[in-house]
Amino acid sequence: MGVGISQSDGQTPDVLTAGQGASRSLSEVIIENLIRLCGISAILIITLIFVFLIKEGIGAFKTLTIWEFLGSRWYPIEGLYGIMPLLVGSVLVTAVAIVIAVPLGLATAIFLGEIAPTWLREILKPLIEVLAGIPSIVLGFFGWLVVAPIIQNLGAPSGLTAFTGALILAYMTLPTIISITEDALYAVPKEYRDGSLAIGATQWQTIWRVVIPAARSGIVIAVMLGIGRAIGETMLVLLVTGNAANIPEIGLGMLFQPVRTMTATIAAEMGEVAQGSLHYSVLFAIGIVLFVITGAINLLATVLVGGGKRRSGGQI
Amino acid sequence: MKLAIHNSFDKSARKPYGLLNLFLAVMLLFLVACGSSDSTNSDTSSSQQTIQNKGSDTLVNVALAWAEAYHEVEPDVSIAVTGGGSGTGIAALINNTVDIANASRAMSEDEIEQARAKGIEPVEHVVAIDALAIIVNLENPIEKLTIQQLANMYTGKITNWNEVGGSDAPIVLLSRETNSGTHVYFLEEVVRQGDEENTDIFAPQTLLMPSSVGITSEVRRNPNAIGYDGLGYVDAEHEKIIAIAADSDSDFIMPTVETASEGAYPLARDLYMYTAGEASGALADYLNWILSSDGQDIVASLGFVPLTEN
Repeated sequence: MGVGISQSDGQTPDVLTAGQGASRSLSEVIIENLIRLCGISAILIITLIFVFLIKEGIGAFKTLTIWEFLGSRWYPIEGLYGIMPLLVGSVLVTAVAIVIAVPLGLATAIFLGEIAPTWLREILKPLIEVLAGIPSIVLGFFGWLVVAPIIQNLGAPSGLTAFTGALILAYMTLPTIISITEDALYAVPKEYRDGSLAIGATQWQTIWRVVIPAARSGIVIAVMLGIGRAIGETMLVLLVTGNAANIPEIGLGMLFQPVRTMTATIAAEMGEVAQGSLHYSVLFAIGIVLFVITGAINLLATVLVGGGKRRSGGQI
Repeated sequence: MKLAIHNSFDKSARKPYGLLNLFLAVMLLFLVACGSSDSTNSDTSSSQQTIQNKGSDTLVNVALAWAEAYHEVEPDVSIAVTGGGSGTGIAALINNTVDIANASRAMSEDEIEQARAKGIEPVEHVVAIDALAIIVNLENPIEKLTIQQLANMYTGKITNWNEVGGSDAPIVLLSRETNSGTHVYFLEEVVRQGDEENTDIFAPQTLLMPSSVGITSEVRRNPNAIGYDGLGYVDAEHEKIIAIAADSDSDFIMPTVETASEGAYPLARDLYMYTAGEASGALADYLNWILSSDGQDIVASLGFVPLTEN
């Protein structure tokens, strides 16, 4: 591939002198620059957003120490801006959602990609894509009206708990995990499967020992994108987690207590704060924390995927 | 190919130009209208008047309804209503940028001092009453509570219904979000029992609901839940309304329009409008109309408690 590119580069001056190609190369230059502009503007916009977040959020630390910011009580009316309950809430809901969604998503993708007959796959794939298109607020209504009463009947004091949020979030992230994993499985060359089956491995051994390791980097991306989607979700958790800024007691029961996430806090309180007030800058500081968390997840994904590429890169 | 592009352009262009002309014509008319109303304003200031009205979010819907209805009565007077919170409205009155400040609490001593320092004597007008109903699920056997019991529940000192005479079940506390003025009223009058020295706050387990309807619907389905809502939002057929006593020696009172306006119900609060100095002219006419039966009918239709005629 690399050779091909340098060849065509070398040909460009020849085409230019040929006259007929001049207009084509002009349009090529325009398109090239347009694409470059798009790429640069994406970087520029992300940088600007980050600068904006820092500019608005940094004011919080003129008044609050980092320990107050990480404190255990969130009650803005009395100047208590401890984000620990919100951080715990976000991490708890996201972690449980991923623990539920990853095995289910992987199993579904493997079934679709490796086991299901073609006619069944033709039915299931579009259905899963429809699932991805359901707006999260609709899933939130569903959680509020259907799932929360079920959780309450299981014995929780109220149906609005961390677990309710995690269940709905898991359902929301499933399509992302399934379709990306399935793409990764599809990209594994057929020769791998044929070779494995030819040396006497069963279908399950082939899937577990050959296909999944070969698709590892794609699966990691699927899980990371799922986490990113879950931690950034706002309206759904605002509706079903109860929004109590409460650090749940450690134990199995912690899943059945109400929590308040960082995103829900920003959404619920941003509309009413005075611009430039301490409360306002603390909400932006929470935005910075979220930005850093998703950045760290992406970085982790890049590192993990990089390792995977090296392994299979030599083979392809 | 160029020709084809031209043709399609011409065809599609005809309609947008028509629309554009229409738009320009409307804009021109609008500008002329604005100009003429400006000139009449400067000529005879009494014929056209705008009243600036700002403040409490609790009152904003009532204030908007008043402004719209009054414009029908007095077409020459238009009233611009904005929310922003009681504090914002009072600050605007002190800075002399509004004619009327709406507030769901009385002005503090500090605020009155600030206003006097700027040469403004704030005048208080009670314009409506709001009663907070305490509601539980219909299955809950509890009928009545004291403010002290409510405070113990909402600060987390009492966590089981059997401590207030109910069944053995956990208490699920519901509240509005902290940006609600009603949340602040409940904090001051119930959680802190009206004691300014008291610094208690809501228990961290309190579920903060994004709306009044969020509270009623959770109370309807959860037998452990307790919440508060304005009288206009509750319905005795679907939620049980609790009788409240100010202290253990007082009678338990149900929130109704009557008990709230008599002052017997302990969780009723006045809603205010403040003017800079005694109102005169169109401003006085407007305030008098608000206190008239026409104005107070609007209060009742929005679920608040109208003032009784003294």
